[in-house]
Amino acid sequence: MPTDQIQYKNHPGSLLQSEPNKLRVEDLRSEEMIINLGPQHPSTHGVIRLEVLMDGEIVREVVPHIGYLHRCFEKHAENLPFNQIIPFVDRLDYVAAMNCEHVYAMGVERMLGITDQIPKRVEYARVLMAELNRIASHFIAIGTYGMDIGAFTPFFWIMRDREHILRLLEWASGARLLYNYMWIGGLFYDLPVGFEEKCAEFIRYIKPKLKELESILIDNKIFINRTANVGVLPLDLAINCGVTGPMLRASGLRFDLRKVDAYSIYPELDFNIPIGEGRVGSVGDCWDRTWVRMQEIHESVKMVEQCLQKLTGDHKRTRDFDPQALVPKKIRPKAQDFYIRGETPKGELGFFFRTDGRNDIPFRCKGRSCSFVNLSVLPEIAKGVLIADLIAIIGTIDVVMGEVDR
Amino acid sequence: MLTFDDLLVFVQKHCSHGEAVADVNATPKAVKLPAADLLNVCHALHQDPSTYFDSLSCVTGIDNGPEAGTMEVAYNLYSIPFGYHLMLKVAVPREKPEVDSVTGIWKAANWHEREVFDMFGIVVKGHPDLRRILMPADWEGHPLRKDYKQQEYYRNIKVEY
Amino acid sequence: MKGLLDQRFENGGFIITKMEDLINWARLSSMFPMTFGIACCAIEFMSTGTTVYDMDRFGMAPRSSPRQSDVMIVAGTVTFKMADRIKRLYEQMAEPRYVISMGSCSNCGGPYWQHGYHVVKGVDRIVPVDIYVPGCPPRPEALIGGFLKLQEKIRSESLVAPKAIEKLMQQEHANV
Repeated sequence: MPTDQIQYKNHPGSLLQSEPNKLRVEDLRSEEMIINLGPQHPSTHGVIRLEVLMDGEIVREVVPHIGYLHRCFEKHAENLPFNQIIPFVDRLDYVAAMNCEHVYAMGVERMLGITDQIPKRVEYARVLMAELNRIASHFIAIGTYGMDIGAFTPFFWIMRDREHILRLLEWASGARLLYNYMWIGGLFYDLPVGFEEKCAEFIRYIKPKLKELESILIDNKIFINRTANVGVLPLDLAINCGVTGPMLRASGLRFDLRKVDAYSIYPELDFNIPIGEGRVGSVGDCWDRTWVRMQEIHESVKMVEQCLQKLTGDHKRTRDFDPQALVPKKIRPKAQDFYIRGETPKGELGFFFRTDGRNDIPFRCKGRSCSFVNLSVLPEIAKGVLIADLIAIIGTIDVVMGEVDR
Repeated sequence: MLTFDDLLVFVQKHCSHGEAVADVNATPKAVKLPAADLLNVCHALHQDPSTYFDSLSCVTGIDNGPEAGTMEVAYNLYSIPFGYHLMLKVAVPREKPEVDSVTGIWKAANWHEREVFDMFGIVVKGHPDLRRILMPADWEGHPLRKDYKQQEYYRNIKVEY
Repeated sequence: MKGLLDQRFENGGFIITKMEDLINWARLSSMFPMTFGIACCAIEFMSTGTTVYDMDRFGMAPRSSPRQSDVMIVAGTVTFKMADRIKRLYEQMAEPRYVISMGSCSNCGGPYWQHGYHVVKGVDRIVPVDIYVPGCPPRPEALIGGFLKLQEKIRSESLVAPKAIEKLMQQEHANV
């Protein structure tokens, strides 16, 4: 245990200096208190710190503190060529890396103006991967949410089923979690031989499991009592706060960028957009958000089936197909400002690029992450709830800290 | 259905401190406007029933470097009912960077503007809670400025590799 | 069908072993890691803990509090804002305590080593590390491999400091 290389020097009050509370003790009324939740807390889904002003059991105010996982994505993007940024894009939303890659690759392709030349097989393979990863991401969201509010079994079931997806993705890309699979202009490699069949087998396997999951968690009476009418997010507030993704749809707006922007080959696929209906409580409560995610898994399964059909039918594997054929040797878009957005499991992921036309490196690249914006609504909806409900609300926002802090 | 030119005329109508210029190279097409008019224009774009930009997607700070001497803030607006995209860009001098806060119009701007302040040191006037958001409160400098030099030690830990 | 121990000790048997080995065996068979995930590696840590890889086989059950845990797995990128917290969590754990640094980021900064102004280039600058697990992120098998290494390390440890025994022996000699 080498202890001589430890450089850290603690001094009294260092925590107060680096992350001071926003609320001041002098301003509190006599029965109020400040509770600190996180950054190390099992149910905060990563390193987020909440400063909670409590009045007994009732939450008066929540102040989120973020930045504990600020990994300088934008600085890296300003120092690396476009194709080398992809691994860092993976690490934004690390439970849905394929979706992030898809949006990023699409954005750079549009800047280069090669979107129309991308072979259909590549696009179908991309959407297949993205939807598989969407299922995996929603699994994590639902499973950990169940665990947060006390249901342990669904989590184990979900991790078992998710493993099958990870093995499929690993087979194609070589990595379990962070893939670097979608390149600008193509793919790292064509789908391995036999992938389509295994994937179809997985779809056959997962369908009955989803029913089981619904009956044990979503329709469970305890779960409904715990989540219905909790953390209601009204639609006007959601839009004003820029909330996107399943959270916005649970509040009752049929808004999905896959339909609205109709990018990639999504217009050729047949799928529905589930919205919150307030079946057991009011529209936009925690149950609705979980239910919308569950329905989206069903839709993704449908999309995967359609992609497989195309990949074994119209666009099936040929001997001379090279998914890297269109990958540009030099990625140098002309000088412009460019904003691209796409739908990831958490919502709208956007990238703002400024290129100067002389460099392979973007002058500025900002990631507009969905979790970051979705989390900013927490202080609004967590006012006046019980502390246990606060945990329930954080779970349904489905934050991934890598994406919040970037 | 408004075209970009209509939106440009709309923005120009609400600019009183200077001229609004179109940047058609950008995607979505952008309007460069004087910083003093930003709040006015945003308010009009949000309220007018023919535009109704009800959602603010993204706020981006950009540092053009010490040679250019300016910083920019880009706002990506989207109108859900009409499906319009619009980008607004304001340039501010590098010595005294200040923009008005649009938090009063879109609450979504709150954290975005804090991030712009944290990363670039652009002061957002009228922001309800302007603190650093990602970096520790006692960090030195604003990291995404082009001339940023990272500090050598933090809590006696070496910052460089 | 009787279990292995039942078969062996049916008529009352003895095990002769060293006290130290017994204690070490008990310690290494019930290491409780702290549920403490920072980034991507935490997702793989979750995979390790659950159904398919089943960390419980090694007698490990995650504990939520540092006071109850023996091992801290630093799973993810350590930032400067997090550094104070990690040090504090480490100090809250009871001795004997161990640290596994999981993944490239906490080993040495990983992909963020060059431009990552806010990333600590290695958690060993903050707390002493016993085991480094490479990978970005490491597979669950790799993390289990790290645990096995840690078990080896504990097996060869001595809770009784040898210096103290020497002193004791000398005193006894003197008394005789």
